[in-house]
Amino acid sequence: MNLVADLGIAFGRVAFVMAFVLNTAAILGWVERKQSAIMQDRIGANRASIFGIRAMGLFHPLADTLKMLTKEDFRPARADKLLFSLAPFVSVLFALAAFATIPFGNTLTIGERVIPLQAVTLNVGILYVFAMLSLGVYGVMMAGWASGNNFAILGGARAAALMISAEIAIGASIVGVVMVYGSLNMMDIARAQGELLWGWVPKWGLITQPLAFILFLTGGIAATKRIPFDMPEGESEIIGYNVEYSGMKFGMFLMTDMVETTVLAGMCTALFLGGWQVPFLFAEGFLFPWGAAVMLSPLTVTILQVGAFVTKVAVMIFILMLIRWTLPRFRYDQAMKLGWLGLFPLSILNVVLTGAVILAWGSR
Amino acid sequence: MNLGQHFYLREVVSGLVLTAGHFFRNLGRHVAHSLGKKDARGAVTIQYPEERRPLSPRLRTLHRLVRREDGSPRCVACMMCETVCPARCIYIVADEHPNPEIEKMPQRFDIDLGKCVFCGYCVEACPEDAIRMDTGILEFSAYDRRSMVYTKEMLLSLEPAGANGRPRSPIPIPARRNAG
Repeated sequence: MNLVADLGIAFGRVAFVMAFVLNTAAILGWVERKQSAIMQDRIGANRASIFGIRAMGLFHPLADTLKMLTKEDFRPARADKLLFSLAPFVSVLFALAAFATIPFGNTLTIGERVIPLQAVTLNVGILYVFAMLSLGVYGVMMAGWASGNNFAILGGARAAALMISAEIAIGASIVGVVMVYGSLNMMDIARAQGELLWGWVPKWGLITQPLAFILFLTGGIAATKRIPFDMPEGESEIIGYNVEYSGMKFGMFLMTDMVETTVLAGMCTALFLGGWQVPFLFAEGFLFPWGAAVMLSPLTVTILQVGAFVTKVAVMIFILMLIRWTLPRFRYDQAMKLGWLGLFPLSILNVVLTGAVILAWGSR
Repeated sequence: MNLGQHFYLREVVSGLVLTAGHFFRNLGRHVAHSLGKKDARGAVTIQYPEERRPLSPRLRTLHRLVRREDGSPRCVACMMCETVCPARCIYIVADEHPNPEIEKMPQRFDIDLGKCVFCGYCVEACPEDAIRMDTGILEFSAYDRRSMVYTKEMLLSLEPAGANGRPRSPIPIPARRNAG
């Protein structure tokens, strides 16, 4: 009986995260179209209809999926059969797996069970997410290599180079966060961000590590391979690693982009925007620094926390889309230069500064 | 580049503020529009098949042949338009007119719209004001090149555009000649 309940709880946690990520990724196609359209004084795709109901173009992702599923699935004669088919799956699998350790709420207590609200509880959660994000580039490299197309190989090689230069900056910028909160466990980091600085400022990563946030965001956008860092695709010059792909395999690469955007938004939320924390909301309810208090039941608190997490992820996705539709793309050498000569030294500087501040703070 | 430009960040933020401003302003207008304020427009889009851009009355659209009061074409087959046409898309075969006052009339008057460049020289060259480009018809298309040849009968059947610039006659559908 206990075993069944445990399995059910584990399954539920994973199912919630998977449903959240997949649905967000699916709806991101619509969000991207509509948001870019509204930003550019356009209306955006609104023609796909079911029985005359257009629903603001919400059926377009559905129509796209149907289109991709029914298209010819072409494989070039020179392509490596196994790797060519495997690449999109590898790419989407690791992108999906990356969200597993991002906490979406504190704990939920049912009976005497305390359920941490994250798909997998790992002590090295941050490292796990980075590992998954880095492994994601293997799919892209595989696609580039297995296509038997020179442009695709160029795209794959660029993806690898970009990933390395971005990963280093991300990893080094995150060290500051780890130093401040003293843990690699993402749940602990999220919990620590609920504390208050000087009794009234929420101790979010954005406030304790502003430089790291900017570096992480820049590196993260580079890791998602979207404009302004779309060297692996480079539609205007090399078309990219997915040049030989068609049908749903191509669709899976598109989906990978969307899932990675979601993961990046989730990471930013968990590390810098306080995760599931609502300012001044504690386990008992709202405790404001001026003394007012609103007591809430534990279930309400949990619902508020999960809602806060989803809202923060949505805001983060909005900002990511805003950046994607505002900035022009970097040239390949500019992106490399930015990664190695801009982000990396700055993130090291951030580590040193953080260390100095922590030392001064502790000795006070 | 000074230091501020070197770090991109200020320019990036000003760009984001600009696009975000557009986003929220347009979003507000869209919401106001759907709440009943019909003059609030969040986009410059013209939803084409349902909505159309107003056409200038001077716009050169599909040709038509003007008729006399008795219904016969005004054209006297003088070949001026055929001569002046830079695309050589007009083909005229002349015939005797039954009225001895009028020298000739076209037996055939074909315009190959697949070649026409809509320069309007034929309209200007015509001494009889027999050809005009004022039908307001823009959307003519065909599945093959032969069907883009519009004959005398088709061109005679067209009416000038209405006061609102909308075409008044239907787009003539070319009969498939020499099919296959």
